[in-house]
Amino acid sequence: MNQWKNFSKGFLKENPVFVLLLGMCPTLGVTSSAINGLGMGLATTFVLLMSNMVISLVKNQIPDKVRIPSFIVIIAAFVTVVQLVMQAYVPSLYKSLGLFIPLIVVNCIVLGRAEAFASKNNVVSSAFDGLGIGLGFTFALVLLGGIREVLGSGKLFNITIYSENYVTLLFVLAPGAFIVLGYLIAIINRIKKN
Amino acid sequence: MAKRESTFINMVLTLFVVTFIAAAALGFVYDFTKDAIEVAKMKAQSEAIKKVLPEFDELGDVCKVAVASASDSVEVFPAYKGDKLVGVAVKTYTNKGFSGFISIMAGIDTSGKLFGYEVLEHSETPGLGSKMADWFRNSEKPGQNVIGKSPESSKFEVSKDGGDIDAITASTITSRAFLDAMVRAFEAYDVESEQLKIKNTSL
Repeated sequence: MNQWKNFSKGFLKENPVFVLLLGMCPTLGVTSSAINGLGMGLATTFVLLMSNMVISLVKNQIPDKVRIPSFIVIIAAFVTVVQLVMQAYVPSLYKSLGLFIPLIVVNCIVLGRAEAFASKNNVVSSAFDGLGIGLGFTFALVLLGGIREVLGSGKLFNITIYSENYVTLLFVLAPGAFIVLGYLIAIINRIKKN
Repeated sequence: MAKRESTFINMVLTLFVVTFIAAAALGFVYDFTKDAIEVAKMKAQSEAIKKVLPEFDELGDVCKVAVASASDSVEVFPAYKGDKLVGVAVKTYTNKGFSGFISIMAGIDTSGKLFGYEVLEHSETPGLGSKMADWFRNSEKPGQNVIGKSPESSKFEVSKDGGDIDAITASTITSRAFLDAMVRAFEAYDVESEQLKIKNTSL
């Protein structure tokens, strides 16, 4: 019951993108298509899950004053693992996410969860928390990327839905990200109120 | 378990152990993925070369050619069918894109004409500059087509600047960058063809 709460809060109640407004840089940067959002989201989920687990395991061994650098090193190690694995086995996705993969290191969601949750809770709770927040982030990125892709290039997951002649190019560009995100946040707030 | 105290020796030890384990783990993963990354890169490159050149059996040795217009050298891949040279693929680049670096594989046949190109890497605006992947090889619109052209027959500049190539609508900067990369490819081709004596053996 309690674990379910740790897991599910990431989707709506504490969704990192729509509610906490954390990690805006990758959110706005990579979501020009649904598949990019999915790739970025899953990469971040993996890092969140692993770093949350490891940090909750070693939290008592790490003196308080050096905890942030230690956490960063742990997170950076997992990000590099993701980067190398993606480069080796999904080079096309790696190419389109490019710069944003190493930037997961400084994604405030990851360090935020390490500091606020994993360093205070046991390993099982931390794993559920990391998974929940990560999948909530993925959900938000896919939603944002999907809407932008449909409006901006007439496709969804690279499948053409309508002709490119009728698209509003604005939505795959930077302003489109802000506009769609704004409307999504408004809708989520409305849903949460009811 | 009590929390470890923040004494100097504890902090130094902890940081050392954490970084040591992280480094060891990364070294292991790097070793594990190194070959796969290399294979993936080579595959992407050889597929691009196949697309930009006439049919060939084997690739000659890669040469790095220094060009006058740029500080970095470009890679040139001669392609042979039997013993005969059919063309060279030049991995050219430009830094003048709307978002900086663009890398393009350009195939030039033995008569010095562009046979094909393939954009390898770019971060141009999707829907605008990214159209360069197809724009410059549209055989229905000769104004914007670069295939079959050479610097001798046409001026590789956008029509706005007095050249012979029509720029991508709303992406003049990308178009200029693309042509800049093409010019560099021809430059490397000229340097290389003298070395390979292409002009003597095949013409």
